[in-house]
Amino acid sequence: MRTRTGIPRTWAGVAVVATALLTGVTALSGCGSTDPKESSRTITIATHDSWAMSKSVMAEFTRKTGITVRITRNGDVGELTSKLVLSKGDPFADGFFGVDNTFATRVSDAGIVADYPAPGQAASAARFALSGTTGKELTPIDYGDVCVNVDNPWFARHHLAPPVTLDDLAAPQYKGLTVTPGAQSSSTGLAFLLATIGRYGDGWKAYWAKLVANDIKIDVGWTQAYESDFTAGGGRGDRPIVVSYSSSPPDTVPQGATKPTTSALLDTCFRQVEYAGVLKGAANPKGMEEFIRFMIGRRFQAAMPAEMYVYPVDSSVPLPADWSSWAPVSPKPYVVTPAAIAAHRSEWLQDWADITSR
Amino acid sequence: MMPRTRRARTGTAALAAVPLLVIVVFFLYPVGGMIARGFWPGGSFAPRAVLDVLARPRVHQVLWFTLWSAGLATAITVIAGVPVAYVLHRLRFRGRSLLRTVVVLPFVLPTVVVGIAFEQLIRPSGPLGGLHLDGTPAAIVAALVFFNLGVVVRTVGIFWEGIDRRTSEAAATLGAAPFRVFRTVTLPALVPAIVASASVVFLFCSTAFGVVLTLGGLRYANVETEIYVLTTQDLDLTAAAALSVLQVVVITALLVVASRSRRDPRALAQQVGAARRPRRGDLLLLAWTAVVGIFLAAPLVTLLLASVRTDSGWSLQYYRALQSTGQDGALLVTATSSLLHSLVIAVQAAGLALVLGVVVSYLVSRPRSGGGSRRLAGLFDGLFMLPLGVSAVTLGFGFLITLNRAPLDLRTSVLLIPIAQAMVALPLVVRTVAPVLAAIDPRLREAASSLGAGPVRVLLAVDLPHAWRALLAATGFAFAVSLGEFGATSFLARADSPTLPVVIYQLISHPGPLNFGMAMAGSVVLATATGLVMLLVDRLRVGSVGAF
Amino acid sequence: MAEQDGARDGALAVRGLTVRYDGVPATDDVDVDVPAGSVTAVLGPSGCGKSTLLRAIAGLEQPDAGSISYAGADLARVPTHRRGFALMFQDGQLFPHTDVAGNVGYALRLRRWPKAQVRSRVEELLELVGLDGFGPRMPQTLSGGERQRVALARSLAVEPRLLLLDEPLSALDRGLRERLAADLHDILRRAGTTTLLVTHDHDEAFAIADRMVVMRAGRVVQAGELAEVWRQPADAWAARFLGYADVLDGDAAAALRTVIAPEEQWTQIALRRSALVVDPAGALLGTVLAARATPDQIRLELEVDRVGRVGAVAEPGSRAQVGDRVRIGVRTDRVAVLPGTV
Repeated sequence: MRTRTGIPRTWAGVAVVATALLTGVTALSGCGSTDPKESSRTITIATHDSWAMSKSVMAEFTRKTGITVRITRNGDVGELTSKLVLSKGDPFADGFFGVDNTFATRVSDAGIVADYPAPGQAASAARFALSGTTGKELTPIDYGDVCVNVDNPWFARHHLAPPVTLDDLAAPQYKGLTVTPGAQSSSTGLAFLLATIGRYGDGWKAYWAKLVANDIKIDVGWTQAYESDFTAGGGRGDRPIVVSYSSSPPDTVPQGATKPTTSALLDTCFRQVEYAGVLKGAANPKGMEEFIRFMIGRRFQAAMPAEMYVYPVDSSVPLPADWSSWAPVSPKPYVVTPAAIAAHRSEWLQDWADITSR
Repeated sequence: MMPRTRRARTGTAALAAVPLLVIVVFFLYPVGGMIARGFWPGGSFAPRAVLDVLARPRVHQVLWFTLWSAGLATAITVIAGVPVAYVLHRLRFRGRSLLRTVVVLPFVLPTVVVGIAFEQLIRPSGPLGGLHLDGTPAAIVAALVFFNLGVVVRTVGIFWEGIDRRTSEAAATLGAAPFRVFRTVTLPALVPAIVASASVVFLFCSTAFGVVLTLGGLRYANVETEIYVLTTQDLDLTAAAALSVLQVVVITALLVVASRSRRDPRALAQQVGAARRPRRGDLLLLAWTAVVGIFLAAPLVTLLLASVRTDSGWSLQYYRALQSTGQDGALLVTATSSLLHSLVIAVQAAGLALVLGVVVSYLVSRPRSGGGSRRLAGLFDGLFMLPLGVSAVTLGFGFLITLNRAPLDLRTSVLLIPIAQAMVALPLVVRTVAPVLAAIDPRLREAASSLGAGPVRVLLAVDLPHAWRALLAATGFAFAVSLGEFGATSFLARADSPTLPVVIYQLISHPGPLNFGMAMAGSVVLATATGLVMLLVDRLRVGSVGAF
Repeated sequence: MAEQDGARDGALAVRGLTVRYDGVPATDDVDVDVPAGSVTAVLGPSGCGKSTLLRAIAGLEQPDAGSISYAGADLARVPTHRRGFALMFQDGQLFPHTDVAGNVGYALRLRRWPKAQVRSRVEELLELVGLDGFGPRMPQTLSGGERQRVALARSLAVEPRLLLLDEPLSALDRGLRERLAADLHDILRRAGTTTLLVTHDHDEAFAIADRMVVMRAGRVVQAGELAEVWRQPADAWAARFLGYADVLDGDAAAALRTVIAPEEQWTQIALRRSALVVDPAGALLGTVLAARATPDQIRLELEVDRVGRVGAVAEPGSRAQVGDRVRIGVRTDRVAVLPGTV
């Protein structure tokens, strides 16, 4: 009874210690991004889950510039774009890579990208510049064609000629054979929807109604469609027609063989172009600019096909041998302008969802 | 009960402040921030737009699918689970412990793994291809049942253990046939547990994300996947906010129902141990349990087979490959190092969940005299259950837009993942520990206190000896949940050090048979690790683990 | 009504104590004194507020009004564990995870007594409560009575300034209760411990205590020395609660008064069952309604002329049958005149 009551003291003490710990921890973790010396030597890049780049290429950038790159993966392109737009004015990264032409207008219209006309861009890259905007904010880095892929041995086994055009997919002999990622949940799926819009114009709804009647399977993402449901995918699925990329076939070369078992239908493609940019309000905009210059440089461009299954925008960069043989790009992909995509995206997706969900 | 002096009240308030602060900063504030973005588009309050969203036919369709798929899955889960609960909790036989683990395992497996496993099973060329479940709502409902059976079996089973066998024996001596005994005596007694578990299962089903997305494509969207699409693809925050609010309202109502029907927690911690050896009359129930066991084991076995089947026959090459970064550099780090990283994060998350969960359990389990403080405790309890039912998308994006200022600029911090996982594990810790603490006769603490023990000494002398098993079990459970957590983790900006579930997802997102095989091998490793932890937890025999 | 002798040194004094639950008073302006060295029983039916009173004294409830002091020092800001009052519950509340010796020595170890001293003190205490050699036993292996003895030894270990007993014997069966009550009476006096006991059983109170406080509906009805309270219940309710079988008033009381004390003025009287005895020389006449034999006596229900239906006794040899008319005598040492309605 000499001292005063101990109950509250003890608990108050616990509370104080815990609160101190919590704030201490949070303050510490905040240091990384607020220390100016630290931030000039580091850049943070927001990108999607498909990002891949070899350690040696990244190390070269660090060796040349003294800047360490932190990669944060942020789901698919849609999720990445939403996150970039939502953190407007207070970005969680210095720049981004991987926003494609289907989402690019959303990023540039939101006013979150700083102007950076990258010097030294290859002449071949000019055709990928984002039309309809200033075009100076987003730097094209790579492109790829979303095309229908087919499993040739499967068709041979079933004595059926593989499809060639979009029209074919709605034909009765291919009923129940096609799988695609959904347009609402996958950028690959959206690209395929855009290919059909580019092909049929307003008639796309009628076409999709036919696809649904022809029992097309709609998966959530490319992964499920290709790896789970495609007959030539890792999961050895049941559908020999899949919406994927023109660069997918080289991965289906069997062990000991030289020729892939699948091929892309080049009359069914939509071209995706991936962009990089510097975010307004970045802690280290200079560092990000350096990295964009590095990305359009030969070393990085040359590494892209093997790492990310995309074609470099710099056409002077040599492609891997099997790519030149088995992964040609579409000579004439279907086109929908970014401006049209921006204007009609919600409407199209809404209509698409209505058609495909019964 | 501590003396309700002003000082003690201050002390309790200070203690409550810690978890409150955490849940406000890491849950309410981010979720509220996301919802506010929808209600104040462009800075001005526009509730009209939110109401308009609720009038959209698409929203009605989504709501209807959510309700019926969750309702049906809940009904099936309960009907399938109650007999299993009886067998696993009132009968004693070899292999019971293993079966109990199998039943709870799906609950802690990552949704992405379960989705793949189910797909392998039901696709047309799969073992169950003949049922034509692929791409149908039936597949979604089956997967939801797979996930949640453990909840019903656990909750109802533990309740059943606590029911005095003599009541039904008395009914039998009065001439009631076994089924009549069940219908007139046992079933009415089980109702609170059934209602409680059903409401929680409904909650999990109606907020299921990964399974619905993987198996339903977007042909079948529920509220949760719709929020995901609206947020990430359409950037329609108003619609997302409308659905989020709807979700919170429904979930709050459900939590109220669940807590109303939750019986006196004291009974939860009772160990009656009235299990007996099976008799001839139990054969039907044993057979049913075997069927359910096969249903639960089939996807897991499918995974196992896929992980050892290669183009060149059976081999462990995918397991060996886990030490690499996959085919064509699919990963930024090796799968094994991500497993280590997962373990580290799980330790952090479990630690955090335990500390917070113990404080919350301590506060909500104190006996109370006043109706006001009882209501307050109920509110406090419900608050910490909310993370179970709020969209991971909303939370993940909420982190991004709210935790953006020092000292809370955690958006790219490595701490965010354990914190987010701790939020998910916290309700489970509270549900495990609180009933055990509540079961302690308060007079035991009063006796210790009157003998001169201060509050800390009381905890050491009374609460700790009673609750240490529950604490260990809760830690193990939180650890297992964190190990398999995918939803919340996947929406955080991820640095170069991903967790194993994320790595598995990355592996299956990259083409190539090696990547797919490694994903399967990684899933088996993950399932084994969580299974071992759950087995250990079961060894501790804390009734309340995994029960609601 | 409470006497003021509690102001002496070393005594508990409760003044004007009110504790409310959700606004409803459980104790209402209660005054209680426990003189040093006394064993005071608070007697009342369940729900009368006696347990709340005990908990407030222990520091487990916060008073809404009033004061509790010990040896003149106010206890309002002293938490339970610093009051030096040991509390013992009806079911003992032994720590299930430690053995008997661990339980009994708990408070000693809290005070960091040396091990050897703890051991010898525990032995001494176990001997005091008649459980020599029970040290290594676990609580679950003990009978109800043994548990209560261990709990008592645990409470007495550090010589509490005040021992608080909450229905200490009510969880036990009858025979054990009587034996332990007698033991408790002796142990408490031998240890010289000031004790406050709460019970609903007047036999328990009589067996253990030497002072008594009667409570009803949150208020103190009566307080004083055991014999005094016994002799003069405060009112009809208290009389019945203290074990008086019948309370007579109005014409019935007047009829009895004319027989036993025609010169007095009282209008209400409480009778123990043994106050009316079948006696050929008795002044009252009644009809036997029921008769039941016990080893010591025959218990009767009578319809006494002008008095009404009352209980009475007869010698074991008596042959009173149902329907018989009998004469009844009154033992005036078994009646209590009640104040109030004069």
